[in-house]
Amino acid sequence: MLLELRAVSRSFGGLKAVQGLSLAVPKNTLSALIGPNGAGKTTVFSLMSGFLKPDQGQVLFKGRDITGLPAHECAKLGLTRTFQIVQPFANQTVRENIAVGAHLHLNSRSDALAYASDVAAQVGLASLLDQPARELTVAARKRLELARGLSTRPSLLLLDEVLAGLNPQEIAEMLPVIRGIVATGVSVLMIEHVMQAVMNLAQHVWVLSQGELIFAGPTQLLSLDAGVIEAYFGVAGAAKLRKVQDQQLQQQQDKEVSA
Amino acid sequence: MKDLRSILLFAVLVGLVPVFSHSGVLLNWLMMALFATLLSQAWNVLGGFGGQFSFGHAVFFGTGAYVQALLQLNAGLNPWVALGGAVLLSALLGAGLAGVSFRYGLKGSYFALVTLAFAEVFRILALSASFTGGGVGLMLPLSESFTNMQFSSRAGYVLLVLSWVVLALLITAYLRHSRFGAYLQAVRDNEDAARALGVNPFAVKCWATVLSAALMGAGGAFYLQVFQYIDPNLVYGSHTSIAALVGAIVGGMGTLWGPVVGAMALELLAELTRNLFGELPGINLVIYGTLLILIMVFLPRGLVGIIDRWKAKSKTARSSLSAAKTTNPATDPGEWSTSGEPTTQPRGDGDAA
Repeated sequence: MLLELRAVSRSFGGLKAVQGLSLAVPKNTLSALIGPNGAGKTTVFSLMSGFLKPDQGQVLFKGRDITGLPAHECAKLGLTRTFQIVQPFANQTVRENIAVGAHLHLNSRSDALAYASDVAAQVGLASLLDQPARELTVAARKRLELARGLSTRPSLLLLDEVLAGLNPQEIAEMLPVIRGIVATGVSVLMIEHVMQAVMNLAQHVWVLSQGELIFAGPTQLLSLDAGVIEAYFGVAGAAKLRKVQDQQLQQQQDKEVSA
Repeated sequence: MKDLRSILLFAVLVGLVPVFSHSGVLLNWLMMALFATLLSQAWNVLGGFGGQFSFGHAVFFGTGAYVQALLQLNAGLNPWVALGGAVLLSALLGAGLAGVSFRYGLKGSYFALVTLAFAEVFRILALSASFTGGGVGLMLPLSESFTNMQFSSRAGYVLLVLSWVVLALLITAYLRHSRFGAYLQAVRDNEDAARALGVNPFAVKCWATVLSAALMGAGGAFYLQVFQYIDPNLVYGSHTSIAALVGAIVGGMGTLWGPVVGAMALELLAELTRNLFGELPGINLVIYGTLLILIMVFLPRGLVGIIDRWKAKSKTARSSLSAAKTTNPATDPGEWSTSGEPTTQPRGDGDAA
């Protein structure tokens, strides 16, 4: 196991954002953490990457206890996160932005800048290298966020909604980029609302609702899980959906019988 | 490399002035302008590159001046040796101030207020303590010789402060082309994003404060050597803090030449207003204030920013000429969006679920 959470809890005042969460991210996989708005997904990312300390529980990375380790130390160990609300160094160019991450392993400025160009090429930003980050489009900013994370040479990259705010074509362009990252041996855990992408990319899914895990398993089983459907569509919606599904199933069986 | 060449050129050109001119007015102006430049450069390391706006840089300046004086008067040290102590102790004070402030996550106006408070506390301490001479101040015996770091002509002081300015330029050039400098600017632009990329903001900000404080302490020691007299209001007073930050802001924060251009321009302005308005007390501060507001509003990137904007404009004009047929050059950032002010970046909240 690459990253493991053991009964991790965190609350903000009276709000229990994450309760007794346990999960294990295996090596060399692309998995997803999904859930309705306010489920606590980003809090989980913050707990994993050292931006928040858990009230209870343990975080293990590569078998080492990293509970309470500051964010920059986590990055040094190979655990890097990106942000849902993109956080570029707005006054710096794309190349300089990525070089900051590259400096984690490269001391020399010219090496870091050269490495930044390589990473930019990997995510399709090569033509924008000398643009100031503040002039980028949303899609390019998302790529920059990805590139910066990647430039730290992580073993596990936590992607927080890198597809949010993109149009269908931009999403379609982004999917092979993410697949390409996994192909280079980087494990990825993504928070994502775009279900088409989750179904398309992830091998394993965790579903979080109101701070608790309600589903963990392979992506194919996700849409069949009653609890997940309930969390997304409410109890009444789930019942309606079940009815429609039953009807479809009935029709299919009828067809098979008649054939 | 380009930076090093321009620094060398600057050093040679300014260094030649006392060789060719013996005009007391010119050399005195040059000395004061270089002195103001040094203070602005010191502030620029922390404020311009680190985005931590200090309002009390006089605390390091005054400490440098007092240590320089006390080591000579009480310990009988040679001023060149004392200089080492002055710089070192100012740097240590910087480490202490930064350690306390950044440990508790002080940012923006809170950090500015804490530095202001530090300077005031040191001013009052210096007024009331006996070993600092209290309000009477400290006087250095006049003894002009190179070994005493006291020069009979302004030329010696010009060369002395020029060497500090060149050192500060080299440090600034290092910030522009090194990992530490990249980390410092990353922390300035977005601390959370920097942390995610493996940057330790606390350590980076502390080291920047140490560098900044050391240069400021050198400025204080220089002041003592020139005027041979200090008192708490002179060296811990807010006018020193203001001079340091105004020069950097007017010239252009976070740039190599901004503090040089800014401090020199202001010193020229001060000279002109002195001639125009006579010795009307405080007139230069009125002009400082007005200018600061105007620059903040119309030139957030300072005087150096004008050149950059002009360069960018001629570049986009050229590229849009060549690309005129295909696309519209909509990438022109326009006058206002080129804001170089580092602290106004939106800080998204990574903790929201």
